[in-house]
Amino acid sequence: MDLRNHDRTTTAGARNTISGALLGIGAAAFVDEAVFHQILHWHHFYDKSTTEVGLVSDGLFHAVSWFATVAALFLFADIRRGNAFRRVRWWSGLLLGAGAFQLYDGLVQHKLMGLHQIRYGVELWPYDLVWNVIAALMIVAGIILYRRDASAPPSA
Amino acid sequence: MTDHAQHQTMGHPSPWPWIVILATLGLLYAIGLVRQPQSKHWNPWRTLRWYAGLLVAGAALIGPLPVAAQTSFVAHMTGHLLLGMLAPILLVLGAPITLGLRALPVARSRRCVRLLSQPAFALVAHPVTAAVLNMGGLAVLYTTDLYRIMHEHALVHVVVHAHVLLAGYLFTAAMIGLDPVIHRPSYLYRAVVLVLAMGVHSILAKSLYAYPPAGVPGDQAQAGSMLMYYGGDAVDLVLIVIFCAQWFRATRPPPRIVPAALPSG
Repeated sequence: MDLRNHDRTTTAGARNTISGALLGIGAAAFVDEAVFHQILHWHHFYDKSTTEVGLVSDGLFHAVSWFATVAALFLFADIRRGNAFRRVRWWSGLLLGAGAFQLYDGLVQHKLMGLHQIRYGVELWPYDLVWNVIAALMIVAGIILYRRDASAPPSA
Repeated sequence: MTDHAQHQTMGHPSPWPWIVILATLGLLYAIGLVRQPQSKHWNPWRTLRWYAGLLVAGAALIGPLPVAAQTSFVAHMTGHLLLGMLAPILLVLGAPITLGLRALPVARSRRCVRLLSQPAFALVAHPVTAAVLNMGGLAVLYTTDLYRIMHEHALVHVVVHAHVLLAGYLFTAAMIGLDPVIHRPSYLYRAVVLVLAMGVHSILAKSLYAYPPAGVPGDQAQAGSMLMYYGGDAVDLVLIVIFCAQWFRATRPPPRIVPAALPSG
């Protein structure tokens, strides 16, 4: 897909989903970085159990989320410019993106790759449970909103 | 000061090669400005960006920072962010090739365009090649003995820093360049290369935390690693915003045709 030709190759709905999902990924990563790394200091920059593949995954997702945040906002502006904004569809994308990122972070990066844990010196499982349940709830909410948008009569 | 002892052989890096190189680049741009055809307007922001870029590169290469970088990895990393990332953005947005082509007489300008259209130039300027030169150079610098060797040999020091600036310029030009190129890959293609390159930068940065370069003490490596990771983010944000703004402008929908303006019937 050439982004220059997006008007022809993707529908307005898909563009709303993409913009929302990219911002969702960016927002989830931003909360992770700002709240858990910098403010609470629960997460650690590096953990002795961090695996090589964990480092690679962390770096790539860090880059993806950083780019996604900015790209999402420009896509949003582009959608508004074309009067193609669909609120419900966009929010469904945001919840899906944020939920998917958080679930990946919580299950694959924290658990499988041992990148770092949610918090240190505490019983870990309640934190893991809350973290991943919130992620799953966001994904479910995203699916519900997606269906609501799909079943709604198209607004002129 | 075991760290200092390791770096004794060379002494402080000489600022003179860089004073000559940067002054020459400044002078060439000034000549280009003077030789602009009267009929054409040169955007003063471009001029400002070019000289700001030379100043930022100068800060990394001349004066207290390179001296401190002999013994401090954090100072070295500050220099890397300025020389390899921030200065290239400013220099690329100075559009020096465009200025040069306009300043030359038409016949010579055409010959230059033909020269720049050679496959070798197209290959080096391609986003993937530029990204590999840029990130590959950093990987070699930090994962082999090169970092230690660089501090012991003046010539290696100059070559490594020249590579950082040039590769940074090529990569930035491939992403957000204003100068004309033969073939520019699509925005999506470049976005993927940009994200992968940023990813490699983050991976390299975080791995320095665990595996310090030869001759760098652990605590310095950790501070330098975090500076590379988060400082890189800050400069990358500028690059991403410019990249997306260029996409936003390039995809501007054509102006709506007012029905009244259409010929009737």
